Amino acid sequence: MTTFWLGVTGFAVVLVSTGLMLALSALRRKSPPLFRTIPVFERLQDAVGRAVEDGSCLHVSLGNGGIVTPQSASALVGLSTLRRLADLTLASDQPPVATAGEASLAILSQATLQAANQTAAAGTPYDPTSGRLTGLTPFSYAAGLLPVVADENVSANVLLGSFGVEVGLLTDIAERRSVYTLAASDNLPAQAVIYASGTDFLIGEELYSAGAYLDAGPLHKSSLLVQDLLRWGIVLLLVVGAVLKIFQGLAAP
Amino acid sequence: MRGLFSTVIAMAAGILVLLGYFFSVQLLFDLRYYLVQVAVILAGFAVFVGTINLLSVHITKIRKKQKGGIYGLFLVFALLLTFFVSAFFGPTAELPVLIFSTIQLPVEASLMALLTVSLTVASIRMLRHRMNLFSIVFLATALLSLIGMLTLPLLGEVPVLGNMLRPYLVQVFAAGGARGILIGVALGTLTAGLRILLGADRPYGGK
Repeated sequence: MTTFWLGVTGFAVVLVSTGLMLALSALRRKSPPLFRTIPVFERLQDAVGRAVEDGSCLHVSLGNGGIVTPQSASALVGLSTLRRLADLTLASDQPPVATAGEASLAILSQATLQAANQTAAAGTPYDPTSGRLTGLTPFSYAAGLLPVVADENVSANVLLGSFGVEVGLLTDIAERRSVYTLAASDNLPAQAVIYASGTDFLIGEELYSAGAYLDAGPLHKSSLLVQDLLRWGIVLLLVVGAVLKIFQGLAAP
Repeated sequence: MRGLFSTVIAMAAGILVLLGYFFSVQLLFDLRYYLVQVAVILAGFAVFVGTINLLSVHITKIRKKQKGGIYGLFLVFALLLTFFVSAFFGPTAELPVLIFSTIQLPVEASLMALLTVSLTVASIRMLRHRMNLFSIVFLATALLSLIGMLTLPLLGEVPVLGNMLRPYLVQVFAAGGARGILIGVALGTLTAGLRILLGADRPYGGK
């Protein structure tokens, strides 16, 4: 296949996905789709409720995926989750704290928290230090996060973004402090570390479904439906490809 | 109004970069290159702004005598010292490189070592907290893979495990699972990007 046709195919996939997202969002506005239950999100909402009630702080960590790198998507999902959680907790005495290991992500977290503060009936004025850069290398970022988790009256940690294996240090300190933690990363070794750490976790594409499960908007839900449709398409292509390969093998002398 | 302006810029830039990626038209390619360069320059400047943010967070901590303020004092001192030394001698001079190789590097290496210990503890803790089939399969696979990597004296690699079972585990089950997860991640990345292009997610602020 030539480069031109590869480009056309890629563009067609993007265009069809966009059309499906908009159409499903419009069609399903009155009867929202039902997704399988992911208990982690129910426990997260309970933890958010507890944080609001007891006046403790919610900590959202966005990882160290740069905004101009392939890891940006998980960081953007972290930001949209931060926005949703900020909306849910801004009426409390303690606004959420967001930390990032990448400078542009830290600035975007400040913009997100400020926007949420302006739109909600905020219990406290916007604090510019609530969105923070804690370190610029993976381990300095993790080291900078440890005092936030340990000292700042944090009752729930949400680690959503691009983390490496250093995420193990964060889940360990949270576990020692008996602080509720939900962790998810787009990085495969980090997913294995998170699984072994015993905290609540999201594996694979579950990270990208956070917005849909936290009621962030109709487009989040329709995008999850589109993800499922595309997955079925890929499954079909893989099965057809495997069958054709078998027949090719059988037909060969 | 500011929110609308940011949304229009983000959507237009995103669509132009996407078109430049799919179609090899010179104008689109130039536009894409220019926009990515602008983003890289802004990200570079963001490091400077982020460092000021880091400094202000710790100065506030020291001023308000919050818990751990003493560590903040160390951080501010080290940050300013490194900044002035690097600015005076240049970042590739002997002294800044010495600071990096004798302080930053060993500290990060020791954190890596600490991670190994905490992961071992976590895997034992996992069996206590989450004793189910998946946890047992997870730990058994990790153990079999590790044992399969061993080289025994006189024997070489562990028989059966090293030359048959481990390659099968790694190349069939692990690689297949990893591919499945990565396909899911790719689909999630696509839809997350589309939400930004459609203005449904606005990480740059706005209502």
